[in-house]
Amino acid sequence: MPETAQKVSIQVRVNGKLHSREVEPRCLLVEFIREDLELTGTHIGCDTTYCGACTVLMDGAAVKSCTVFAVQADGAEITTVEGLEKDGELHPIQKAFGDCYGLQCGYCTPGLMLSALQLLKDNSSPNQKQIRKAIAGNTCRCTGYQNIFKAIEAAALKMRSTSHGD
Amino acid sequence: MYPQAFTYHRASSLKDAATLLSQLGEGAKLLAGGQSLIPLMKLRFANPTHLVDLNFVQGISYIQQKNDALHFGALARHAEIEKSPTAAKIPVLRDCAAGIADVQVRNRGTIGGSLAEADPSSDWATVLLTLSCEVRCVGLSGERSLKLSEFLKDAYTTSLASDELVSEVVVKVPPENSGGAYIAFKRTAPVYPTASAAVQLSLEGDHCREIAIALGCVGLLPIRVREGESVLRGQQITPKLVESAAEAARAAADPQPDMRGSAEYKRQLVGALVKRATEAALQRARGQQVEVSHIYA
Repeated sequence: MPETAQKVSIQVRVNGKLHSREVEPRCLLVEFIREDLELTGTHIGCDTTYCGACTVLMDGAAVKSCTVFAVQADGAEITTVEGLEKDGELHPIQKAFGDCYGLQCGYCTPGLMLSALQLLKDNSSPNQKQIRKAIAGNTCRCTGYQNIFKAIEAAALKMRSTSHGD
Repeated sequence: MYPQAFTYHRASSLKDAATLLSQLGEGAKLLAGGQSLIPLMKLRFANPTHLVDLNFVQGISYIQQKNDALHFGALARHAEIEKSPTAAKIPVLRDCAAGIADVQVRNRGTIGGSLAEADPSSDWATVLLTLSCEVRCVGLSGERSLKLSEFLKDAYTTSLASDELVSEVVVKVPPENSGGAYIAFKRTAPVYPTASAAVQLSLEGDHCREIAIALGCVGLLPIRVREGESVLRGQQITPKLVESAAEAARAAADPQPDMRGSAEYKRQLVGALVKRATEAALQRARGQQVEVSHIYA
């Protein structure tokens, strides 16, 4: 083990804002987002690459931020749940999760919404099977998923009708 | 959970990574997709003192066809293979790529990393064992190419020397009238399969000209079902013969009981998976479109 911890300089753009920090190599992306940047909307659930509560977008792709080191995000663009809202307006996905009762305790919700965002960026009208596959890496212990499927369908419909850019 | 502290190195090329490996010695590990290594480090099952990150090396995640073979750069990610029209020329590769774990893991995990880890429950090795597949390796002393069966030595053990890494995976496109299918059964998306089966066959008229059957998760390495293959080779494939091949698969499997099921359960399961995969491979060889992938409840 090194005697003094190595620090690595990284630059990460999170929700459009550039952050320059020095991090220990073993610092996980989720810890960097929560502890260094104080964006606590990204949750830590299982911390073992299973539950998906820590899902964020890294250069547009959903990743489990408990399973990426912060040093690997050097130069990357990260989107967290805090980046969904625009000018005080909830993102259609956020609105739909509320409208459709797609959450109860809300712990898994940020991760689910980011998985939904990746899906809807790639596929503006997903069918049931595609929705199920897209959120198979996100565990919800409250809802039984039915209202989450409805929320994603409702968000897709809304985003198609307003041709939501992101 | 934090892993034990380590020193981070960013490789600029594969050759640079090999140099770093040889300089840093036994405590060094390569970081590709990290979807197995990082969890192992967090649980302190793996405690490398140095990590050599390959993710900033340019141009090693390509998917290309050259003549009659598909070439995958070591860092081609499962999600990229899933979406690649080039990779789709061998449909069984898509079956595999599209079903590994979940979207988030597929966005990070790599084909080179998966093979180099040689986890007995991983997906790629089982599929690639039914195809003509070579693993290209680069080290300080140069490059070499190994057949996948030579590359895989044991559970978590490959032929890679300590200063060597996977640079490319080369898969020959099967001849006309071929079809392959891979079916893995898992209890939920993010977990490793309980058992899996890959079948690749080619037809000559009604008859099965060539066939390869491999099983995953039911031994320390993926298992070729040679006896099952010889039951079907040269024959017109009938449900009765497929049943005999499935029986041979049950006999060839060497499963361990664990939290995913008893040995007997897994033995039954691989038989059923071989039947389904053979049927799907046969339909594809006849030019029909069939969608198969991992099955989970």
